[in-house]
Amino acid sequence: MSTPLVEAVETVEAPDAPARRRRGWRSPSFLVGAALLLAVLALALVSLLWSPYGLDHTDPTARLAGPSPQHWAGTDRLGRDQFTQLMLGARTAMWIGLASVAVAFVIGVPLGLLAAAAGRLAENAVVGVIDIVIAFPTLLLAMLLVTVYGASTAVAISAIGIGVSAEVARLTRISASRVFTQDYVLAARTCGTGPLMILVRHVLPNIWHTLLVQAALAFGVAVIAEASLSYLGLGTPPPAPSWGRMLQEAQSTVSVAPWNVLLPGLAVAVTVVGVNLLGDGLREVLDPQLRQERQAGER
Amino acid sequence: MSDPILSGHQLTRWFPGRTHPALDGVDVTVRQGISLGIVGESGAGKSTLLRQLLGVDRPTSGEIRFTGQPLDRIRHRAFRRQVQVVFQDPRSSLNPRMSVASIVAEPLRSLHIGTDRAARAERVAEVLTAVGLRPEDGRRYPHEFSGGQRQRIAIARALAPAPRILLADEPVSALDVSVRLQIIDLLKDLVDRLGLTLVLVSHDLAIVSQLCQEVLVMRHGRVVERGPTVDVLTNPADEYTRALLAAIPQLPLDLEEEP
Amino acid sequence: MTVLETTGLTITLDGQPLVRDVSLSLAARDRVGLIGESGSGKSLTALALLGLLPPGMRTSGRILIDGEDHLGAPDRRWRRVRGRTVSIVFQEPLTALDPLMPVGRQIAGPLRLHQGLNRSDAERRAIEWCDRVHLPDPARLVRALPHELSGGQRQRVALAMALACRPRVLIADEPTTALDVTVQAQILTLLDELIEETGVGLLFISHDLPVVAGLARHLLVMRTGRLVESGPVDDVLRRPRSGYARQLVASAAQVTRLARPSVHGEYR
Repeated sequence: MSTPLVEAVETVEAPDAPARRRRGWRSPSFLVGAALLLAVLALALVSLLWSPYGLDHTDPTARLAGPSPQHWAGTDRLGRDQFTQLMLGARTAMWIGLASVAVAFVIGVPLGLLAAAAGRLAENAVVGVIDIVIAFPTLLLAMLLVTVYGASTAVAISAIGIGVSAEVARLTRISASRVFTQDYVLAARTCGTGPLMILVRHVLPNIWHTLLVQAALAFGVAVIAEASLSYLGLGTPPPAPSWGRMLQEAQSTVSVAPWNVLLPGLAVAVTVVGVNLLGDGLREVLDPQLRQERQAGER
Repeated sequence: MSDPILSGHQLTRWFPGRTHPALDGVDVTVRQGISLGIVGESGAGKSTLLRQLLGVDRPTSGEIRFTGQPLDRIRHRAFRRQVQVVFQDPRSSLNPRMSVASIVAEPLRSLHIGTDRAARAERVAEVLTAVGLRPEDGRRYPHEFSGGQRQRIAIARALAPAPRILLADEPVSALDVSVRLQIIDLLKDLVDRLGLTLVLVSHDLAIVSQLCQEVLVMRHGRVVERGPTVDVLTNPADEYTRALLAAIPQLPLDLEEEP
Repeated sequence: MTVLETTGLTITLDGQPLVRDVSLSLAARDRVGLIGESGSGKSLTALALLGLLPPGMRTSGRILIDGEDHLGAPDRRWRRVRGRTVSIVFQEPLTALDPLMPVGRQIAGPLRLHQGLNRSDAERRAIEWCDRVHLPDPARLVRALPHELSGGQRQRVALAMALACRPRVLIADEPTTALDVTVQAQILTLLDELIEETGVGLLFISHDLPVVAGLARHLLVMRTGRLVESGPVDDVLRRPRSGYARQLVASAAQVTRLARPSVHGEYR
């Protein structure tokens, strides 16, 4: 074939992928979610340095007081400052949320990868375990653990972490399986790349954004779970403050001091709505890339 | 006749739940310097055969031999250095999150070729140039390239460890028509220049006739005809081969006589 | 008489033109080939001609069907012409057919809708059509589900469905691209036979010049959303005016030549 044709045809071919657009960071759900979560996080961080009163401070003269300049969020029936409790509760929520998500990922991601990478038998076994754990209520698991080991922060974190890990493992397995069917994984095998390096080089880089979104959502689940456990007295034991226990303690006085129920409830709601919006936002942010890869995956 | 490098003997491959084998007693021999085309329509078993030759799928019965030795007695890395592959669709055969340079360097790293990072970078630049890309393109990512350019990247990766055999699975059928000829020309040029032996799987006899001296026509997991490409195309012995040839869409004949 | 005509058809998405200023016309018995590569806008043009563009795309220009402008017409008006005046077959019939409905009823559906046939008449007509597209054992085959048929058989069903209501224009969008060559040859023969018999006007869309050239009499070449060439097939093949058409013809001629070693024995 003559060379001029090659050159002429070369000019015909245009790159088919338009330049990647990075407008996602300005998505409203990402911004609102981040703002809500940052507000809660700020409460928790500030509480490390300063809070209106000490943790043990009680004001016997002002029990069940309404919001005032001295007590911004009122006091409970023991005369404890509710805003202080709220700040310290934020700390507990953030800490337990992060720690249980970490536990969930440390267990779930390797399990999911193993299931995706292993042969059919091993995969079925892991999927079976995952399904059982998903079906098993986290609360029941927590009660069991508490009965055996007693209530403690570590037990709460373990129970929540194990409960959430099943969902993480499931998602990891599904996204990793999808990557495993791609030709570039087969190409890597023919390049002599070993299974571990295939995970590190090819699988993880192509699923981390899915996992990141999942981490945000798992954080929300963990915060609710922590509040529920504390509400039932299975979470962090007193005196460590918790939104769940604040709710539980305020329950008996709800007719005289409704704000005592309202505030911790609102705190839980804001946090959960915040992380969910953040998760949705992250998905949008990462989507232009995802969409491109999905196109690449088709055909 | 030159020595067989890669061969399959009585290859049969059953997939679970199927009533017919994907491969049914196939013998195939790849000889040094003689490019082989494997032709057939969908379901003929040609891609299954390629995966056997590539050593990523095992036959239910039969044996693959490399330089006369059964595949499981060959050192894995030695085999991978010698036998490389290009897949059909470069959109899925290139990891979208790796730079072109690390994609092309992957066989070098995994097979421990090249003494250090600098030596590998040099080899990457060399093969990128060989496939008609620029060494600077190594810093970019697959999505920044057109389909034809991506296939060049995939070819560069296969060439990096300097293999003796290049397997290619429908290497142009995912590309636009105007780009196909360029990639065919590139493959032809590489075979000539580097002394590669090409094993080309394709449904397109025209492409095989351009690139391969020998051809193997498959149907329903069996070989229906084999021989020198010229003979098979000019004087097909099998009825199916004749039907396949007749089915190729043609431009009006007299047009071709014009320069 | 012209059935389908566009003037200055332009399709934009987010302000980006994907199809620009396309004018074409089709009458009964016309055989027009539209050739272009992926992303050239040829399939979008086909969808626009049936009012099937995905939401978010804006169109301008005119789409005349029997002299009436249908651009931006409500779906109700499009439904009256779809299948009855203009119909379409796609590349992959499996996605165009309902996977859970026997193919006979899928062919019968438009007949009952557009021609008001009763159930048994429509089903009888469906069997006739299966016979006309040379499907084996039509009386039994009409009860099969799409996945029970081969790719070629599915495309035959799609053709029967498209032609059953006697449209005057048939748009075929890469109808043989997903098929094996031997099956492709059969479908092309069938298509040729059917358009000859029914007198339907054909707009054949493909990336494959030899395929189009075998069936069409008039050729349109599309590139990056524009028509770059239009003329009788012979003229375009012999005297392409645009550089792009010249390259297409040259590469197609070369590929065709490769498969004919008896004529040009250039082998190593």
